[in-house]
Amino acid sequence: MSDTVETTEIADDRKYRSLWGDVWVQFRHHRGAMIGTVVFFTILIAVAIGPWLWTIDPGYANIRVRNQGMSLAHPFGTDQLGRDMLAQVLQGGRVSIAVGLTAMAIALLLGTLIGVLAGYFRWLDGPLMRLTDLFLALPLLPLLLVIIMLFRDTLRGMFGPETGIFILIVFIIGVTSWMQTARIVRGDVLALKEREFILAANSIGTPSKRVILRHIMPNILSPIMVSATLGIATAIITESALSFLGLGFPSDFPTWGRLLFDGTQYISQAPSRVIWPGLAISLTVLSVNFIGDGLRDALDPRIRGR
Amino acid sequence: MKLTHIIAGTLGAALLSTTAMAQERGRDGNVNVIYWQAASILNPYLSGGTKDIDASSMVIEPLARYDENGNMVAVLATEIPTPDNGGVSEDLTSITWKLKEGVTWADGSALTAEDVVFTANYCMDPDGGCQQLSKFGGVESVEALDDLTVKITFDGPKPFPYGPFVGSTTPVIQAAQFANCTGEAAPTCTEQNFGPIGTGPFTVTEFRANDTISLAANENYREAGKPAFATLTFKGGGDAASAARSVLETGEFDYAWNLQIAPEILADMEAKGIGTVLSGFGPLVERIMINLTDPSADLGETRSTVANPHPFMSDMAVRQALSMAIDRPLLVEVGYGKAGKVTCNVLPSPAIYDSPNNAGCEVQDIAGANALLDEAGWELGSDGVRAKDGVRLSILYQTSTNAVRQDFQALIKQWWTEIGIETELKNIDAAVFFGGDQSSPDTFQKLFADLEMYANTFDGTDPEAYMGNWACSEIPSPDNAWLGGNMPRFCDPAYDALIVEMGGTADINERARLAIEMNDMLMQSYTIIPLVHRGNVSARANTLEGVKLNVWDSQLWNVADWSRAN
Amino acid sequence: MLNYTLRRLMFTIPTLLLISFIIFIILDMAPNDPTGNLPLTIPPEVREKIRASLGLDSPMYIRYLLWCQQFFINEPLNLFNQWFGWCVGDCEGRLRVTSWATRSPVVDLIAERMPQTLWVVGMSYVVGILIAVPIGVISAYKQYSWFDQIGTLISMIGFSVPTFFTGVLLIVIFSVWMPNDSVFWLPSIYDTTLKVVDWSSFVQQMRQMAMPVMVLALFNAAQISRYMRASMLDNLSQDYVRTARAKGLKEKSVLLVHVLRNSMIPVVTVIALGIPQVFGGAIITEQIFKVNGLGQLLIIGIQGADIPLVQTLTFLFAVLIVLFNLVADILYGFLDPRIRYE
Repeated sequence: MSDTVETTEIADDRKYRSLWGDVWVQFRHHRGAMIGTVVFFTILIAVAIGPWLWTIDPGYANIRVRNQGMSLAHPFGTDQLGRDMLAQVLQGGRVSIAVGLTAMAIALLLGTLIGVLAGYFRWLDGPLMRLTDLFLALPLLPLLLVIIMLFRDTLRGMFGPETGIFILIVFIIGVTSWMQTARIVRGDVLALKEREFILAANSIGTPSKRVILRHIMPNILSPIMVSATLGIATAIITESALSFLGLGFPSDFPTWGRLLFDGTQYISQAPSRVIWPGLAISLTVLSVNFIGDGLRDALDPRIRGR
Repeated sequence: MKLTHIIAGTLGAALLSTTAMAQERGRDGNVNVIYWQAASILNPYLSGGTKDIDASSMVIEPLARYDENGNMVAVLATEIPTPDNGGVSEDLTSITWKLKEGVTWADGSALTAEDVVFTANYCMDPDGGCQQLSKFGGVESVEALDDLTVKITFDGPKPFPYGPFVGSTTPVIQAAQFANCTGEAAPTCTEQNFGPIGTGPFTVTEFRANDTISLAANENYREAGKPAFATLTFKGGGDAASAARSVLETGEFDYAWNLQIAPEILADMEAKGIGTVLSGFGPLVERIMINLTDPSADLGETRSTVANPHPFMSDMAVRQALSMAIDRPLLVEVGYGKAGKVTCNVLPSPAIYDSPNNAGCEVQDIAGANALLDEAGWELGSDGVRAKDGVRLSILYQTSTNAVRQDFQALIKQWWTEIGIETELKNIDAAVFFGGDQSSPDTFQKLFADLEMYANTFDGTDPEAYMGNWACSEIPSPDNAWLGGNMPRFCDPAYDALIVEMGGTADINERARLAIEMNDMLMQSYTIIPLVHRGNVSARANTLEGVKLNVWDSQLWNVADWSRAN
Repeated sequence: MLNYTLRRLMFTIPTLLLISFIIFIILDMAPNDPTGNLPLTIPPEVREKIRASLGLDSPMYIRYLLWCQQFFINEPLNLFNQWFGWCVGDCEGRLRVTSWATRSPVVDLIAERMPQTLWVVGMSYVVGILIAVPIGVISAYKQYSWFDQIGTLISMIGFSVPTFFTGVLLIVIFSVWMPNDSVFWLPSIYDTTLKVVDWSSFVQQMRQMAMPVMVLALFNAAQISRYMRASMLDNLSQDYVRTARAKGLKEKSVLLVHVLRNSMIPVVTVIALGIPQVFGGAIITEQIFKVNGLGQLLIIGIQGADIPLVQTLTFLFAVLIVLFNLVADILYGFLDPRIRYE
């Protein structure tokens, strides 16, 4: 990353400017995006190395100190079994962010692919959109029960309990949340492909792949960015709903959504139990949102010029 | 006016007003009851769910029911038939009930023995899918001797003949109303199932399935001046915590059922001072069932069947160590508070059946458990897990999804880690876990895990059927489509002999001795590890009087006696 | 366009049949069982008999065909009968789709729950859209102003904090902390039997709707306003906007006529996808406030493996999804006349 910065800065003074260099310059001028980036990386670093610095075992139930408020020994307080909340939030963040980002990426990829194909190629529109209808109509909970029944033991055997379930959950969330993105992307593509510049590109014989990648994709970036931000939040929350139903991670495996859900009961007794995981989720989503805003602005040549 | 006059006048007025108070039906207006599981039907024969049975118990009544102490009291019958009063025949093969005279249905017609006979036939119809069929187990015939006498004949001696028509699970329904609803037609009678005509204190005015039932006082109820409430709203839905909140914190409701939530939250809510938490203890025990057979997935068809003994659970030292490492008082404190007691028995209640021989489990003994495992040759490995001959003490511990159970899992896992046993936790949606679906690997009968935790109990006060769960023939296996209640796959001919003996014993003290002996066999072989004797927890508003929490029967059993405090 | 609509409508019938079959397979495979929630005191043999009495012992395709017959033939005939009083065939003995848990016709259950679902979930959706569109427009027009920043903050928090939390929070504030006699006190339990007949019952209805509507509207508004803002931003920098301004059009008409109309495509998609969900109810919010609408009916059905109920509800849901997606496609054509489906 730092290489890019330097080259761009040097390049700025010269005549030659690369596309990504331009994007980066614009991105840096976006205050919200920069704050978002800093916050997001802080959270990432915190959950990545936090558990090594704050060495209390998040699963250790120190029953003598249960239901405590914030103190020096337990800055975020403790839960009903005396487990340290800070350690749990740090540990839970790893899972939640991993699930959120991966599931969002799967959903986005699937959604964009299907949306673009359906919007651009007329003969694919019918079948793909009916497939979308089918997925929208499927009853989610029984579907989850079926998937879990069919695959949980196999995956557990292949990858061990934690990784196996991680793959399962990410797959489930991804596969059941791409439909909205697909519909939105398709709607935009439908409108875009009748625009003059696409007609022009087509008429000079540009291959479809190139038209899509060069001309369509940049123009549908903003709804995709919004989907991405909302997708992370949905994935984190859905994960908690899954574990609430006994379909998610083992119960001694903290995640932000689970912490928030468990803490909701104690909302009057120990507000800190909901504040921290709630704040963590909101901050992550908010920072990703601002990064998305910044990226979108930076990638838009019309805005970039301003 | 003379003084005597005044006194007499005031006295008279006072008398009049008190008698009027006592006599007027429906004087206290409306009462709100919340069950966080909504009632879906008012016919207990078509739904065995507690919520449905409780709701219907306000409308239809059995011949006798259990009071809050577990004693049988006559409801529609004049008295409880016993061998002493001649109601139960000498050879224990029949029981004769006498109905009270002058009892009428809510529509004004008289209750007769024919209604009782009809009800029995209604449930015993093979096409009806009656969910209380086991209550009629062994019933050969039910006949009306005259208008007010019913004789139930069994196919053999029945030491405990109080299955049919005792308790809210088997109330009497009106023959005239359900006449066209027998057999295959039973489920199609929506109108009847939603609004049965009964003899109880309330009648249904509107039934919204899985939502709200509106009831009004039964004008033909046999006791004068009861019920005190003119209308009753039975609301369903939501979760236990919000139900508790609506009675204890916001005061919107008067009675909330089954509040299984963290004890400190409940205590906090109660501290607001507008409601009271009630608890009572039936025979419900949260326990760990140990799988004595090998659940390894490599075994294919014979997984978790008696063909393969478990590699380490078949060693009693391991099972005993598992039990010793558990701090039961702490589990009670964390999970149930006032609504739980430490128990060392799988049959802790009624008191007469509670074995005195297993005391001592309430003290956690990690050191003792470690010593026991050392002695049995389970050596602590470098990874902190004990092993012997290449077999590691690594356990898969499954249960249903429920906040308290997951807390228990976390705590117990930690204690077992301290004695060198590795634990993997798994929780399964209750509808799947208890569902018994043949295709699912996650049912509690299949027990594809090393141990599992859940709670079980029995209806009424007689434990014969309950203790019969651990007979050899009850072991679930592919041969019996995984049906059967013997989850640990425990099999001991001596135990089976005791079951047979109990089946032929009528004397209550003798039955208690047998039940205790069976309980001790299970406890002392550490096949079942009892954790907590769980109570039922409900809450009432402080303005609601007459509530007696009943764990042996419907919680709304005495709703006729409820009234509003002034 | 009419041609296209008709062709699509014809195509929906096989699509929906296929969807209904796939739903049925999934429900049938799902490992939960109708006897799963019964007390453990009911012995296994009785459970087997119960399953048999529900027809679970016959093969899957028979049960599917039975459902098809009941749903596609008997239920419409029954409706016909109820509305017009005409009787076609055997009116009394006709088997309707019957729920296993309540043993009553599923269609009646759905009809009973429609009012509270439409009141609460529908109202929250309308409120959500009414809040979201102006916020999205203003946020985009005044990008990075304090209004935009606060709007972003609130909508992101609204979206990332789940309804199970906001619902309980509102109850604690408005039902528990607030004294019972205060005008701001709100009931935490929705009374489904309340009938609006006069002013005071109307006020009561509004009060009991207030909290669930707030919770859901916040969630919906958050989502829609984000798409609105993003799409507006895209269009505001287009050449036609500059042209319009250069031609001297009023800023208001540039914004509301030209830009807004062109920005509506993703928003229309999101709204069209959301309307079927209104009918699907809001499971968590309904649970918290005990609204007991369609969402609660569905979740109870799923938990109890009530296949006829879940199948019917999900299928109706599928019909709505297919129809509203068709509506969205048609709307695209109106919003952007360049879009051609022929």
